[in-house]
Amino acid sequence: MIKCKTSKEIGGMGHSKKRKEDARFIQGKGNYVDDVKLPGMLYMDIVRSPYAYAKIKNIDATKALEIPGVIAVVTGKDLEKYNLHWMPTLMSDTQMVLPTDTVMYQAQEVAAVIATDRYIARDGKEAVMVDYEPMDPVMDPFEALNPDAPVLRSDKEGKTDNHIWNWKVGDKEKTEEIFSNADVVVKQQMHIPRIHVASIETCGCVASYDKVENHLTMYMTTQAPHAIRTVIALVAGHVGLTEEKIRVISPDIGGGFGGKVPVYPGYVIAIAVSFLTGAPIKWIEDRSENLQADSFARDYHITAEMAGTSDGKIQATRFKVLADHGYTDASANPSKFPTGLFSIGTGSYDYGAAYMEADAVYTNKPPGGVAYRCSFRVTEAVHAIERMTDMFARKVGKDPAQLRMENFIKKEDFPWASPTGWSYDSGDYHAGLQKAMDAIGYDDLRKEQLELRKEGKFLGIGISTFTEVVGAGPAQDFDILGIKMFDSAEIRVHPTGKAIARFGTKSQGQGHETTYAQIIAEELGIPMEHIQIEEGDTDTAPYGLGTYASRSTPTAGAAAAMAARKLRDKAKKIAAFLMEVSEEDLDWEPGKFFVKGAPEKSKTIQELIFAAYTNHPPGMEGGFEAVHYYDPPNLTFPSGAYICVAEVDAETCDIKVRRFVAIDDCGNIINPMIVQGQVHGGLTQGIAPAMYEELIYDKAGNILNGTFMDYLVPTAVESPSWETGHTITPAPHHPIGAKGVGESPTVGAPPAIVNAIVDAVSHLGIKHLEIPVTPFKLYKELKAVGYFNETA
Amino acid sequence: MIAENFSYAAPSSIQEAITMLHEYGEDAKILAGGHSLIPMMKLRFASPTHLIDINNIPGLSYIREEDGFLKIGAMTREVDVEDSELIKSKYHLFGDATKLIADPQVRNFGTLGGNLAHGDAANDHPAVMMSLGASVIITGNEGSREVSLDDFFHGFYTTAVEHGEILTEIKIPVAKGRFGSAYHKAERKVGDYATAGVAATLQFDESGVCNRVGLGLTNVSPTPMRVSRAEELLMGSRVSEQDIAAAAKMAAEDCSPSEDLRGNVDYKRHLVKVITKRMLTKALGRAK
Amino acid sequence: MAIDIKLKVNGTEHSATVEPRTLLVHLIRENLSMTGTHIGCDTSSCGACTVLIDGKSAKSCTILAVQANGKEITTVEGMATAEGLHPLQEGFHLNHALHCGFCTPGMMLRAVELLEKNPNPTEEEIRWGIAGNLCRCTGYNNIVKAIQWASAKMQDKELPSTEPEFV
Repeated sequence: MIKCKTSKEIGGMGHSKKRKEDARFIQGKGNYVDDVKLPGMLYMDIVRSPYAYAKIKNIDATKALEIPGVIAVVTGKDLEKYNLHWMPTLMSDTQMVLPTDTVMYQAQEVAAVIATDRYIARDGKEAVMVDYEPMDPVMDPFEALNPDAPVLRSDKEGKTDNHIWNWKVGDKEKTEEIFSNADVVVKQQMHIPRIHVASIETCGCVASYDKVENHLTMYMTTQAPHAIRTVIALVAGHVGLTEEKIRVISPDIGGGFGGKVPVYPGYVIAIAVSFLTGAPIKWIEDRSENLQADSFARDYHITAEMAGTSDGKIQATRFKVLADHGYTDASANPSKFPTGLFSIGTGSYDYGAAYMEADAVYTNKPPGGVAYRCSFRVTEAVHAIERMTDMFARKVGKDPAQLRMENFIKKEDFPWASPTGWSYDSGDYHAGLQKAMDAIGYDDLRKEQLELRKEGKFLGIGISTFTEVVGAGPAQDFDILGIKMFDSAEIRVHPTGKAIARFGTKSQGQGHETTYAQIIAEELGIPMEHIQIEEGDTDTAPYGLGTYASRSTPTAGAAAAMAARKLRDKAKKIAAFLMEVSEEDLDWEPGKFFVKGAPEKSKTIQELIFAAYTNHPPGMEGGFEAVHYYDPPNLTFPSGAYICVAEVDAETCDIKVRRFVAIDDCGNIINPMIVQGQVHGGLTQGIAPAMYEELIYDKAGNILNGTFMDYLVPTAVESPSWETGHTITPAPHHPIGAKGVGESPTVGAPPAIVNAIVDAVSHLGIKHLEIPVTPFKLYKELKAVGYFNETA
Repeated sequence: MIAENFSYAAPSSIQEAITMLHEYGEDAKILAGGHSLIPMMKLRFASPTHLIDINNIPGLSYIREEDGFLKIGAMTREVDVEDSELIKSKYHLFGDATKLIADPQVRNFGTLGGNLAHGDAANDHPAVMMSLGASVIITGNEGSREVSLDDFFHGFYTTAVEHGEILTEIKIPVAKGRFGSAYHKAERKVGDYATAGVAATLQFDESGVCNRVGLGLTNVSPTPMRVSRAEELLMGSRVSEQDIAAAAKMAAEDCSPSEDLRGNVDYKRHLVKVITKRMLTKALGRAK
Repeated sequence: MAIDIKLKVNGTEHSATVEPRTLLVHLIRENLSMTGTHIGCDTSSCGACTVLIDGKSAKSCTILAVQANGKEITTVEGMATAEGLHPLQEGFHLNHALHCGFCTPGMMLRAVELLEKNPNPTEEEIRWGIAGNLCRCTGYNNIVKAIQWASAKMQDKELPSTEPEFV
């Protein structure tokens, strides 16, 4: 049981409080961006390229403009007049808003049609005639590096190849030395394929520019409203849209998962058109546009190696990455981290040397590099380390659980300095894995597996014991376009003891309206029901970098606790004044200050708040408000131990996850119900890339699965019944000891699933399977090792 | 996603609908369940200028045994087949198939007639109906004609239904004596079109000799197909394990799948073999 | 080309003049300004647009407004009554069966028909019963739980615990 310091009425940390935000969602009263309707609003639809790489010879809008209700057709040439045809990416690369001469991927924006209604806009889009001169696209990232490959970014002066950047971390020489002397080396090439977050709500906006006030209100699906406001000001400041003239409102968001961090061209076009026409412009993507043009995730080709002793001690790892970024590097990473936090890839294991190197290339694919419910490329790293750990265990003939137990960083060795430069804050990996093994009945499963094999049936057990790294971040290292990645909370308590608190983050389903209220209730003793939480309006909320990478609790959650503590200090001063004692003579229990040794002499927090407005001590500021900007001293390192049991049909190769146990450690828990819910959801987004999802392109650059008919988002039938649990190792440096959890399961689940499937067929000679592991892929692999030839 | 505009009419009789088809010409389309057609129109893969909605025509939705036939009205919804006690008690392959067709909402609207008349080898009912030896009634200005499903599918999205005609009924010889049937398809996720699907129907006389057999395949040939060679082998046999294995092998050999995202030719043939074996075995079990 | 239609939505008569191509979901959201019904895909794959048409769950992005002429439609806005929330609404809230809320209206309306036809569904029947509704946030566990809870509530049976089993 989780211990709670507060009563159920106060509802601080550890209580499974039901969510405050549910009332509107279950009654159809949520307010998503497509629900926003403004007087005189026009609709925008976007003409997109059918080619992956082509010159635009001509755009003829005559026919479109003849359709009654079509107001305008906007092209790159129109935007060029205002120098708005290109925009910077978060990684300081450049991206077209609308092209003036060349399209670089299929479904790229080519022109925008503005009309009085969305149906007419769509008709207008069909009527715009674009004359293309197609060119041979570069689709393979390895071929993109060939010396004779066409230089895709010829717009960049002096660019002679498709290489974007090279990044490395770790001790190369030491790692090489270990590898050359090691007993055992395992090596595997693997691809973490291109996938898409596919939130059920697509992206969209309503840009509303008021010509009289020179003021822009931007309703948009963004996970980071303040950062967006700053970006708009940086892009459009030269036409008079300075930051105080911009209000970004992020209404209810129908799922984000990283896909609603970037600035998409559609947003910028809508702003430009609203600025020019003075009319509000609504742009809502359809699903095909969302899948085909919005930021992808992953797409890392990894050559992974692990070296160790023949008795199973891991000694070193070496990862080499080729990152396919599409035609521009539009990753959503902190500025100094081109591969995000990939360097966490030494995982949960105690060894001394690692070296990682990555190269990024341009291809004719959509730009992106967002997270898909993951903290900046951690999933790619965890997949590599957990697959290699299994391969190594198999090679040295050890049980994968046993080998992990023997190589884990020990509880007492934290804080632990990783070979790639991280300082892991805390963890108890042995306890987590033991709990997972007990829950699933590990030893019995191993026996059953052997029995079933005798009958020709395949059962596999797969483990993933991962370490996440979240909560960016410490301002000395982490920034986005130079803005430091702290986050904020502002608490304003009214005279009657009820409060409103505002944040720079933005929930997309994580339940902030509930959990932030619980943090404040924990610290201040006000019932959480009486604390209203507001996010997503840059006019009212304090500046923050937004919600992604599991950073809200580690940063804004900490800010809430710190701001609440400032208020509690103030309350203490008022209590001392009212009860005529010194502050040292007072003790706190949630909800009141009392005199030490005389608990009957007390003042409730509500009385003290009222006094702050009616009877505050001389010399003290009146009112009861506090703001805190929290700059974390370190990242937090949540961890998990996951075990998957998979059954493989020996004839059809169908794969069924029979059981899946997930034990998560996210430090102290604010709301167990919400944490569990996050784990459930993350696990389904873990099985998705492990077994179902992948964006597939042909050689000509066509996307082959750009709708939900072929991009296979798991339903309740594919998703197993998840079994969840926790261990608690608080983050020592965090005000409330919490670590963040929203993404751990998406990071940790895929290797557990793949390890289970490989384990099921390893006796037939299968060593590795690429994700998504589909029955078709498994069939081909089994056939390649001669399995079906024998049974035919 | 929005369709091109079109005119819409909802006639209240078959004759009226047929007259409209003639009046509007080749660009008119029949709207039945709409769950294949409307998404295609929204994606602008199809842009009919006239839609003739036959949902308001009474008397096209029924499931009954009559004159030695199981008769199913063309506008019978998938959900009605799923819920029908008659179907559940005798024709088990329908229950197997409908569960795997799209999803419950789509099955509330999707019709059996539409599933056939769409002419898509990826749909499930063609194989189901072929294995049952079904024929369809097609109604036009000249009256009605009956076409065996063996002669119904002409090519990709084209069938024996000529312009100006409407598919109005499906006719299946009733199950007699020891009758068993089964359907399964391999799919990438629930509701997907088949990677490969197999419908098997077996009927035995009192001495245990097979006197009716049907083996239909889904999505492994340009048009829906039955495996005649295997049917001939099984007909008159006692359907032994060896017979089933031989039939499964023939099914795999005789189908002509093409490679796509769902799998390559080899994998699909392999699936046809495995699923044929399993469905014949299941149908045999149900015929006991 | 526009067509006059009449339909009842959540018990109230409405009339509208629509183009034949107008989708039912747009009629509900735009003409009638009930925005609880959502659009998540274009291919009738996701179920966010699910409403009831004469009691049958239907994907309103794949049905023309003209096809709803003369029908009775129920949307999420019509689930609660004067007596309070529908048991499914209550069940979704108490069992944390929603995160972002976008799929929730469609998911609940699909469950209305599921429970109507099968008042005591097994977990397997629930999972197959909501196979036409995608949720990207919850992992479905708690949606199953919520539907089971509503099933008990609607039959005045003992209510299952709504506490998370997270130990």
